[in-house]
Amino acid sequence: MANPATVEQTVRYRSANAVLVGNALTKVYRMGEVNVHALRGIDIALYEGELMVLLGASGSGKSTLLNILGGLDVPTEGRVVYRDQDLTSADNDQLTAFRRDHVGFVFQFYNLIPSLTARENVALVTEIAPNPITPEAALDLVDLGERLDHFPAQLSGGEQQRVAIARAVAKQPDMLMCDEPTGALDAATGRIVLEVLERVNRELGTTTAIITHNAPIAAMADRVVTLADGLIKQEGYNSQKKPVREIVW
Amino acid sequence: MVAAIDRKLLRDLFNLRGQVITIALVCACGIASYASVLGTYESLLYARDAYYERQRFADVFAYLKRAPDALLARIQDIPGVSLAYGRILQPVKVPIEGLTEPAQGQAISLPATGEPPLNGVHLVEGRLPETGREDEALLLEAFAKAHKLRPGDHIPVVLNGVLRSFRITGIAMSPEYVFSVPPGEMLADPLRFAVLWLNQEVLAAAYQMEGAFNDVLVKLQPGASESAVIVELNALLDPHGCMGAYGRDKQLSHNVVKSELGSLKAMAKVLPVIFLAVAAFLVNVVLSRLVQLQRQQIAVLKAVGYRDRDIGLHYLKLVSVILLIGALLGLAFGVWIGRYFTDLYIKFFAFPDLRYISDPGVLGTALLVSVVTAVIGALASARTVMRLPPAEAMRPEAPAIYRRALSEVLKLQALFGDSARMVLRELERRPLRTLLSALGIAFSVALLVSGRFMFDSIDLLMNVVFEGAQREDVIVVFSEAVPERAMREIGHLPGVLRVEGLRVVPVRVRFGHRTRDVQLMGYGDRAQLRRVMDDRGRVYLPPREGVMLSSELAKVLNVGLGQRVRVELLEGERQKSELAVTGIVDDLIAMFGHMRLDNLNRLMREQSRVSMAALSVDPRRYGELRDALTDRPAVLGISRREHLIEQFKRQTADQMHVFTFIVTAFASIIAIGVVYNNARVSLSMRSRDLASLRVLGFRRGEISAVLLGELALEVLLGLPPGMLIGKLLAIGMMSGIDTEQYRFPVVISAQTYAYAAVVTLGAALVSALLVRRKLDKLDLIAVLKTRE
Ligand SMILES: Nc1ncnc2c1ncn2[C@@H]1O[C@H](COP(=O)(O)OP(=O)(O)OP(=O)(O)O)[C@@H](O)[C@H]1O
Ligand SMILES: [Mg+2]
Repeated sequence: MANPATVEQTVRYRSANAVLVGNALTKVYRMGEVNVHALRGIDIALYEGELMVLLGASGSGKSTLLNILGGLDVPTEGRVVYRDQDLTSADNDQLTAFRRDHVGFVFQFYNLIPSLTARENVALVTEIAPNPITPEAALDLVDLGERLDHFPAQLSGGEQQRVAIARAVAKQPDMLMCDEPTGALDAATGRIVLEVLERVNRELGTTTAIITHNAPIAAMADRVVTLADGLIKQEGYNSQKKPVREIVW
Repeated sequence: MVAAIDRKLLRDLFNLRGQVITIALVCACGIASYASVLGTYESLLYARDAYYERQRFADVFAYLKRAPDALLARIQDIPGVSLAYGRILQPVKVPIEGLTEPAQGQAISLPATGEPPLNGVHLVEGRLPETGREDEALLLEAFAKAHKLRPGDHIPVVLNGVLRSFRITGIAMSPEYVFSVPPGEMLADPLRFAVLWLNQEVLAAAYQMEGAFNDVLVKLQPGASESAVIVELNALLDPHGCMGAYGRDKQLSHNVVKSELGSLKAMAKVLPVIFLAVAAFLVNVVLSRLVQLQRQQIAVLKAVGYRDRDIGLHYLKLVSVILLIGALLGLAFGVWIGRYFTDLYIKFFAFPDLRYISDPGVLGTALLVSVVTAVIGALASARTVMRLPPAEAMRPEAPAIYRRALSEVLKLQALFGDSARMVLRELERRPLRTLLSALGIAFSVALLVSGRFMFDSIDLLMNVVFEGAQREDVIVVFSEAVPERAMREIGHLPGVLRVEGLRVVPVRVRFGHRTRDVQLMGYGDRAQLRRVMDDRGRVYLPPREGVMLSSELAKVLNVGLGQRVRVELLEGERQKSELAVTGIVDDLIAMFGHMRLDNLNRLMREQSRVSMAALSVDPRRYGELRDALTDRPAVLGISRREHLIEQFKRQTADQMHVFTFIVTAFASIIAIGVVYNNARVSLSMRSRDLASLRVLGFRRGEISAVLLGELALEVLLGLPPGMLIGKLLAIGMMSGIDTEQYRFPVVISAQTYAYAAVVTLGAALVSALLVRRKLDKLDLIAVLKTRE
């Protein structure tokens, strides 16, 4: 790892269990004659229970990396290993099963199914997950217990994003992958959303990776990874995590 | 508990209800046409086969002058014959009250044992004549109904010139007269054609036929060769004045039933395929749009762990539901129409128990077929769904790539306004869908054409036959050929304006190893009333030498101009000779050899004789003429052209009107389905553009013009190929008809094309208006706010 902050922290994290390990990950998009190198060789791990924030300029490869780690995409080269399962050689169905059983996603544009109510959007996932909590409990967790039967169109952006988080956590995933979860929200609403993520990470111990453009948000993380041009430019550890409510951006 | 993903399905269905309904209806039409036409076909087939079986309908028939009963044993010995039955069959006159000229009749002998061993009768009412009774008769139901005759009533019959009265003991149906056509004619005429069954002794005594028969029925052993038996039978019967044995296919009633079954089957094959193809296309259009709209949702489903096949199945379920709704509707509707069709046939075909049977196989097939249709329609979209990488779909869809339209490159834009330019660009951007939509419209047009062209064909046939070829007012048929000079005498009868003698001789024509039993027609020198005319209304003179064949006959015999055919007369001395084929004519009915009367008489080695007289008559004096003719024993029958025409129209009209109506309704549904769904999809794909245009200041009318212009163009594009396909369909539907009997010219009038175009445009307009309402209500803010 490129830039360990302190010895103490390095020891603390190295000794923790790595849930997911990516080795020498590269991703090349072929655009006709041109090859776009989105990732140029990244080694990264996600550790049990940590909250990691991914920073980086637009186009630096954050989404690409998160998608590969979450099993939404496959690297051009390199290996991804989840606990003792090698995902590199997994076929489509195995990747799907991996996502279904272990990963929760939160997207920038919420991506709720517009024809389903909040409860049904969550049920969509709990019905196929191996070890879910009830949709109602999940929505309670994000303080939307009152809005069970509302359709996405009847919810504000922040509320929709909270439904999306409820949908992601309801299956009790091992990892939560969030790609700019506050990107489409104003600061106040974004804060509510981040607080939910913070709480889930803290209370359920869900390993969480969050992509953001707002550097201050990195203060809520255990660890901050910064990408630039497809490589890890910087990696650091927050000795003191800041609660979301204290962060200003 | 309904799974969340299935709830999505139900809500999507509800949101798409306009499209769901229209597609389901198209599918329903397919299934309905399948269930009704095939159901009717099977019902008829079943009724026919059961009836034939029960009444022991013969396989081979032969009519002759007279043969001793002893000959039957030899017929029975022909290999392949399972049973031979000889009977007496005589044409008679039935001068029944209420008709201006006596009805034609057939008197058939009943054996002393009562029930005939072959061609049994199905008693509807009453009983068979008692053995030994000389004044009892069984009467054909069709005639009895037409004249409201019941058992106990009396019926006058002229037997060999002697007027007698018979008491009707019973009313019957017969497999020989399912479609009761008088011999030598082609139209059913229940009012003017009677069939009577009399005790054998009565007919034998009246026609000096004791110990003899003149009509043979043969039942074949299973698997026996019909043609081999016919050859043997002809060899045995030729010396007895046989006009040629023939199989069921040439039996008049059976032939008509068979033709009808043939066209039903052809229709049952073609119609559903068209509808289901259109339904599959619509499913494809609507589903591919839906999948495009739901890219993000599909991606989410994949991301959260739904497998490709779960999602594929989800969309397949969606279309299956649509098509199953269609199938169920179609089945209900199809059974209903099937019943109606079958009931219609009861008017034409005298089957004792014809009723619509709904076959569970048909039901199962219909459901299966609609699911298959759904799968075919969904295939392309399912592939898209499968291929969609979950990560990739997280991004919004890239803006569509437009090119300058071809028309712009060609600098045609000056000709069109802005709206027109947008229309053209849109069409050029998705040529395949434009093409398929036009094809859908084309199918609608084609169906309409095929539903109506029969009127044109029949019109033409009637025109050629009754206006050009058979222009006489009255035809007099003689029981034996009479000297031509008798024509002069007839010419002096009251009201006769013109008289022409004709000779009709049954012959067996042979070329190489092919043979056919047909009729030679001899025309007088200056024939004006009966003429040879082809399908285009061109009049042909009979050739100076040799014979002019119907082109169908030339085709069957594989003989060409200048070649010589062998001709065996089937009456008189049965001379055999050779004739040069000096002409071939595309005539429309039956198969003839047309000759000059003098040549025909020379062939017969007879002085000029005629067997029919064609008369042109002063209508005011027709009554007198009829009375003068009826009394003559030489006159077998009189038929008036008027009656024929009227009969022809009646026979074809009912059935065709119903058929045309149903096809029109179905075709409209296709047109509406295609136009409406395309419009909805276009609207959904372009509502942003259109809303933007509105914001930029375009008026409603102008943006409607953009969208509806596309539809109009698609409809217009569909018209010409539709007319072409319509013609092909018409040809296909005619292919079931026995061309040796009729050659219905497949002509399609301008009116039919116009009708097809107008109905299609009307249906398109209706759907355009439905969509226009949506367009007018376009919520600018909402459309521009939503992210796709
Ligand atoms: N499907 C694709 N096809 C081609 N190039 C792609 C594709 N997806 C990403 N890229 C390219 O890969 C690079 C990394 O993209 P990625 O989406 O990972 O960036 P990002 O860090 O998430 O950016 P942002 O902050 O804008 O979301 C970019 O240059 C992008 O253009
Ligand atoms: Mg990104």
